[in-house]
Amino acid sequence: MIRYLCKKRKRGESMLKILGKFFLFLMEMFTRREAAKVYWNRFLDECVSLGVGSLVIISIVALFIGAVTCVQTYANLVSPIIPLYVVSNIVRDMTLLELSSTLMCVVLAGKVGSNIAGELGTMKITEQIDALEVMGINSVSYLVLPKVAAAVLTFPILAVFSGFLGIFGGYLAGTLTGILTPEQYIYGIRYSFMPFNVVISIIKSAVFGFLIATIAAYKGYHTSGGALEVGQSSTAAVTNSCIAVLVADYLLAELLT
Amino acid sequence: MIEIKNISKAFKGKVVLDDISGVFKKGETSLVIGASGTGKSVLLKCMLDLVEPEKGEVIYDGREFLGMEEKDRKNLRREMGVLFQGGALFDSKNVQDNVKFPLDMLTNMPESEKRDRVEFCLHKVGLDGVGPKMPSEISGGMKKRVGIARAIVLNPKYLFCDEPNSGLDPLTSIKIDELIKEITDDFDITTVVITHDMNSVLTIGDKIMFLYKGKKLWEGDSKSILKSDIKELDEFVFSNQALKQLRG
Repeated sequence: MIRYLCKKRKRGESMLKILGKFFLFLMEMFTRREAAKVYWNRFLDECVSLGVGSLVIISIVALFIGAVTCVQTYANLVSPIIPLYVVSNIVRDMTLLELSSTLMCVVLAGKVGSNIAGELGTMKITEQIDALEVMGINSVSYLVLPKVAAAVLTFPILAVFSGFLGIFGGYLAGTLTGILTPEQYIYGIRYSFMPFNVVISIIKSAVFGFLIATIAAYKGYHTSGGALEVGQSSTAAVTNSCIAVLVADYLLAELLT
Repeated sequence: MIEIKNISKAFKGKVVLDDISGVFKKGETSLVIGASGTGKSVLLKCMLDLVEPEKGEVIYDGREFLGMEEKDRKNLRREMGVLFQGGALFDSKNVQDNVKFPLDMLTNMPESEKRDRVEFCLHKVGLDGVGPKMPSEISGGMKKRVGIARAIVLNPKYLFCDEPNSGLDPLTSIKIDELIKEITDDFDITTVVITHDMNSVLTIGDKIMFLYKGKKLWEGDSKSILKSDIKELDEFVFSNQALKQLRG
């Protein structure tokens, strides 16, 4: 493990050094801050860009995944001794525990992560970040903090929204295809419902939002070169944040369930 | 006045700047010239503290910049205006908001005063009525002008221009040079221009510093540069056929 952390990678930096730089980058966000009003306006802009801008893709993914979960569960679980409402029961728990948070955040890692890394990477290579620095503005704090705050706030809202749509997608697929009646589906989703599962989904998506925004921002901010490197940073941001989301998902599952 | 003392910088063991010293006086347009890769832009970045030099001092009117407390450094930065190579305009803001940005971030001016100041600066660089346009809608030369307007909006004492003529046609290039000279004279500021454009050297260079492979090889004015007997400078200056003929 220690050998892996200390081994030099492509650009001659060890994993340990990259981690150190990442944590210094996070600390930099909270030092030399500007006036609160500046952050508030940027935070609102980022909420619209990262949160509202992701509503369509999240809605489509959630509806279809809920529908597929319902159909697949019915196809694999149905037997005379298992009541039909178990199908919606499973759709509910899978949606709340994994699909509405983890799967949604993997999708958002692609959309939001590449967006953040691409934007910051382009700003870096076109000297826009240098322009901020020479004005005496902490570019990390000014550019990254509102994005991270917006991701941490909007991702849980999106998770609740996608959870609702996932269950609704299952309802549509189940009732329209005749798998189960609306009464059976609603009975199933209410049966032995644990409200804490919603809290788990919210906590997980907030953590994933933080990871995606910070990793993508780190990758974008440290871009050097030209258009090719901006593309590479975006790709690295998506792959690294997907891995981080999956590792964090396992750790949170151990901690919260 | 800006004074640099013994600035040295290396990247991964390769020396880019080797013990550079010099003085850039108030009211003068000082040029740092040299071929590509000689460390001109790195020198500028060291002077702006965007790159930390291994050793050396940068002194702005008696104030040592690199060793300053963060708060003092931030205050001193407000006295600087920088024109970056590509303009470095913020893509998400229109021209007017780009020029207004330093006022929004660093002053408590009333909105009407800010608007007047932005209009004045855009007028100064000859871009009346361009305010609502986005950076993607204007030409390279206009971007440089907007960059200059943003650089002077805070009434700086020091103006830095990194290759202001790069990527421009000869006519626009001359206009940008004239604008930089005019601003330096009108506002009586210290201007440092990084360039390898010989036209700029001969027309606006009050003082010229020649860098070669990270070292300062020569310093003088636009008249003496044509009579220098340094081989490297000679090759740089007379790489242009027209200038060769001028020398006879």
